[in-house]
Amino acid sequence: MKSIFIIMLSAVFVDNFVLSKFMGICPFLGVSKKLSSSLGMGAAVIFVMVCATAVTYPVYSGILAPNGLEYLNTVSFILIIALFVQLVEIALKKIMPPLYNALGVYLPLITTNCAVLGVTLINIENGYSFVESLANSFFVGVGFTLSLILFSGVRSKLETADIPQTFKGVPSTLIAASIVSISFLAFSGLIK
Amino acid sequence: MSNFKEFTKGLIKENPNLVGLLGMCPTLAVTTQAINGIGMGLATTFVLLGSNIVISLLKNVIPKTVKLPCYIVIIAGFVTLISFLLHGYIPSLYDALGTFLNLITVNCIILGRAEMFACKNKVIPSALDGLGMGLGFTLSLFLMGSVREILGSGSWMGFKIPGMHPMSVFVMSAGGFFVLGCIIAVINKVAGKKPPQKLGCAGCPNAENCAARKGGE
Repeated sequence: MKSIFIIMLSAVFVDNFVLSKFMGICPFLGVSKKLSSSLGMGAAVIFVMVCATAVTYPVYSGILAPNGLEYLNTVSFILIIALFVQLVEIALKKIMPPLYNALGVYLPLITTNCAVLGVTLINIENGYSFVESLANSFFVGVGFTLSLILFSGVRSKLETADIPQTFKGVPSTLIAASIVSISFLAFSGLIK
Repeated sequence: MSNFKEFTKGLIKENPNLVGLLGMCPTLAVTTQAINGIGMGLATTFVLLGSNIVISLLKNVIPKTVKLPCYIVIIAGFVTLISFLLHGYIPSLYDALGTFLNLITVNCIILGRAEMFACKNKVIPSALDGLGMGLGFTLSLFLMGSVREILGSGSWMGFKIPGMHPMSVFVMSAGGFFVLGCIIAVINKVAGKKPPQKLGCAGCPNAENCAARKGGE
């Protein structure tokens, strides 16, 4: 239980994937315009991260590692994630149309989201157990959602701000992200 | 002559990183030192060159419906190859890049070039396009890395700069966002063009059915 708590603190605050590890920057900048789309994207990412970990971890420890094929992890993981996202999209469309309407549009974006591949690889790298990996994936997703939600608030103010022409658009968004990232620096040192 | 154009366009005019706004994650993550930027850029160039050549050779073989998984497997194969080579020959760079070496697989520059160029063109233009785009990416990573290393560690390419007081915020994550924002702003100013209002969705393979595009506007 203690290790899970530490994983939670680390994944959500200290090593926030977006703001301190720089994974998933594209959706962070692309989707964070509105609170509703931030929430939708965040939920879809949490869902895919947990499910992808649930599939890739057994594949790694059951098939790749016993046969000395660890070096195939990138190839197999990305294939699994790509397949999985497609499957989820088809399944959600058939089984739960309301959920599909809420999350479905974000799913294709996730295949090429480096945070999803990143979290599956990092779980293996850190030598987490299966339960710890699932927890880590879940909380990394929560951290991702948190940063998206925080940033969508910042951006709604940014829309109406009077910014020099050169800095309008992406440059000002990046600089705002830098300030949000500074606020997360306060958490560093929380875990030794 | 036209082939030469394919090579040069990626360097500055259509720089995938600073003008196309693709591949932001490695740009921010590995550029705490100029030398890491070069290493990451060259590794990406290698993958881009290889995948562009293979995809343009196979463009008539790969069925349209499963092209995305096919491209990803080809790209991931080259990524595995380069990570072996770096692990064997330049272990220090391998350690410095860490997970981001594997994450070249999902770098949208590579998929974007596969989708926009390599699957429609012959081998030689595709190879030159890949090389140009890769070197353009290397150039922008080198620029980012230099700025952050000079300001953040008071050195350049590992050499100390006398009289320079390091501001460590620039090597932290916040500095990455800040420097990238400023560089893009400077480029907008110099190029005198209207700044891009959003990220370059055009290069993204999922652009047609992407939510950020449909819903966000």
